[in-house]
Amino acid sequence: MARIHRVTALAAVSVLGIAGWVIGGDRHEREDEGRRERQRIFVDSRMTAQDPTYRAECGGCHLAYPPGLLPAASWERIMMGLGEHFGDDASLQTATAERVGRFLQANAADGNGWGRSARIARSLGGELPPLRITDTRYFRRHHEQIPPKRVLSNPEVVSYGRCDACHPAAARGDFDEHAVRIPGAGPWDD
Amino acid sequence: MSKPDLGLVSLAFAVAGTLIVAPTLSVGEISASRGAADWVRQESGPDGAPRSCVTCHGEDPRQPGRHAITGKPIAPLAPSVQPGRFSDPEKVEKWFKRNCTWSWGRECTAQEKGDFLTYLRNL
Repeated sequence: MARIHRVTALAAVSVLGIAGWVIGGDRHEREDEGRRERQRIFVDSRMTAQDPTYRAECGGCHLAYPPGLLPAASWERIMMGLGEHFGDDASLQTATAERVGRFLQANAADGNGWGRSARIARSLGGELPPLRITDTRYFRRHHEQIPPKRVLSNPEVVSYGRCDACHPAAARGDFDEHAVRIPGAGPWDD
Repeated sequence: MSKPDLGLVSLAFAVAGTLIVAPTLSVGEISASRGAADWVRQESGPDGAPRSCVTCHGEDPRQPGRHAITGKPIAPLAPSVQPGRFSDPEKVEKWFKRNCTWSWGRECTAQEKGDFLTYLRNL
């Protein structure tokens, strides 16, 4: 009697285990599909530097950062201080500056409807709007596990501001952690 | 933001345009070797560190460079390696203004711009 119960129990557990594995596998496929779908959306979304003027004027020295990575108040601070842009004179002609400013305001992190932007905006408290994406609490939380020398002493990266060095699709607003490749170190395993 | 000096800009455009369009035209005061010498000429930045064209574009303009602060790769400046360089006079002027100011603390003269363009186009 006892042996039959044990065999039954073992069979039941095995069936449940296999079922779990099969169902779990399906879920991963659905997640991948979801991610691919979101990637397609990103190409048209506000997380990409869509405006050609913005790309041309603000992408010469660094990545044309997706506007959804900073709140509107940060972008305003940056645009007001272009003459002293992190040690450089990045002044633009008035009409160009107005166009770039409007694009940034329209697609900034607060209220552009994108999940990551909302999380970035929420991570900011009452402090002065940061000038750097790398100064947001959201960014710091997501990069604190990386040894700084992998970035700063790495000639292929140099700066945390080079998003596209490790996030190949950064210009598309795709920062999927599973696609991270740190030059010289390979895929990043959390 | 100050208005660009239209006279200087026009002259630089004329110089740049001449050099781009008529490579056999010899303009007496323009010198590729002076351009080469200016390429490595350093001035001290506000932080005391030396700055020159080399800082971002490298010693050999036929090689890619890298932005000294952001680390962004910069395509080679030599048109022999990177076709299309200096084909847009507005773009030429914009980057001369920014980069001469950054490197030397002032805008380059029309002669210096001409020297640079001749040097780079002959690489």
